[in-house]
Amino acid sequence: MNKKTKKLIIWGAIILFVIIVISGFKKSYNTMVLMDETVSGNWGQVENVYQRRADLIPNLVNTVKGYAEHEKETLMGVIEARSKATSTTIDPTNLNAESIQQFQQAQSGLSSALSRLMVVVEKYPDLKANENFRDLQAQLEGTENRIAVERRNFNESVKSYNAYIRMFPKNIYANMFGFEKKAYFEAEKGSEKAPEVNF
Amino acid sequence: MKLKHILLLPIMLLGLTSFAADDIFAQPKKQTLVVDNANVFSQAEVNNLTQKLNTFSNETSTQILVYTTNDLQGYDVADFAQRLGAGWKIGQKEFDNGIVIVFKPKTTDSPGRVTIQTGYGIEPLIPDITAKNIIENEMIPAFKQGEVFQGINNAVDICISLTKEEFTAATYNDIASKKSNDGAGIFFLLFIIILVVIFTSKRKNHYNAGTRSNLPLWAALFMLGSSSGRSSGWNNFSSGSGSFGGGSSFGGFGGGGFGGGGASGSW
Repeated sequence: MNKKTKKLIIWGAIILFVIIVISGFKKSYNTMVLMDETVSGNWGQVENVYQRRADLIPNLVNTVKGYAEHEKETLMGVIEARSKATSTTIDPTNLNAESIQQFQQAQSGLSSALSRLMVVVEKYPDLKANENFRDLQAQLEGTENRIAVERRNFNESVKSYNAYIRMFPKNIYANMFGFEKKAYFEAEKGSEKAPEVNF
Repeated sequence: MKLKHILLLPIMLLGLTSFAADDIFAQPKKQTLVVDNANVFSQAEVNNLTQKLNTFSNETSTQILVYTTNDLQGYDVADFAQRLGAGWKIGQKEFDNGIVIVFKPKTTDSPGRVTIQTGYGIEPLIPDITAKNIIENEMIPAFKQGEVFQGINNAVDICISLTKEEFTAATYNDIASKKSNDGAGIFFLLFIIILVVIFTSKRKNHYNAGTRSNLPLWAALFMLGSSSGRSSGWNNFSSGSGSFGGGSSFGGFGGGGFGGGGASGSW
């Protein structure tokens, strides 16, 4: 009788322990999955807003072409940078520092080609007064703001994900389940804030 | 002594983080749709605009925040307004239907700045170009003549008419009630179980309790049913308890998100 109750208590304690460990596992694992998905989702938004910018460019190039026939070189630069930028995409399951770096480079190539174009545009007052051009200017400005916002959201979700998986004891689970630290979308120097698009 | 230090550390860290947080972008306790920190409106103008925005918010669930300030804290005006809208959660979570208008007056050494930032749900209704046109045609000409209220008021009127058709309180309430009903289901069940327990135990003591208890049960169920239809902290306009135009009270900010859409201008 005495032995039996002892045995029962021991077994009960073991079962309780296992249940607690498993439920801890489950909760941490599910949270990691959720946070991982949030990061991927936010990355999708980042790519969306960059795509939005790329979509504005053909129209912009055509409008500028009509007024600034002599700026072929600058316009070609924009077109090339655009095609490079749109061909560089990242599979959200493969968000590492290297792939983000590549994406960043392609996009900033487009950013600098665009700003070269905007300098050229200064020479053509007729173009600056063109209504179509002014509309594009407003859209481009809004898009640059969106890029800044979505980038910030992405970095914030990476930050909370990284903090979560690196904390004890979740770091052990994260290791077991193969959750890895994710890379930030590092901003270039001076591009933390949306660039002002002044024409 | 060492232990003391270790104990102090989390307190110090807590203090640090609360100082580091951007206080102006955290949801304020006193929630109102007109914040005139720059003192560019008269009291009557503030009341007038607040009344209009509250009524609009109650009718359509779309929220427009008008915020004036002398200090943009080093942010670009669009950036400032986006952080404000996202931090204060203007608009409803289900629709992201918030609009933030930020105005910074012109001073001798800095240009005036104004922006209209649109929530994700507003972007298709007020595209960036439209926002830009509102700023250039309605706001800046008025601001240049010193008619700050008029410029902002006109812009608000246009935003209202542009978004009115799309969001109505009825569709908002539909979505909100579907959500809150899910949560209410368990309470409903619990409530019935409690009632059953109470009534069966009472029946033993009072022979006529059976007939009497029907009324409170029905009344309670009715009350429960009607309250599950409203979202928390929100004035349910369609519940019909108030027969007035109903605009004076404001139920609080929703959970709207902002993605940087909109336009800005300076003069």
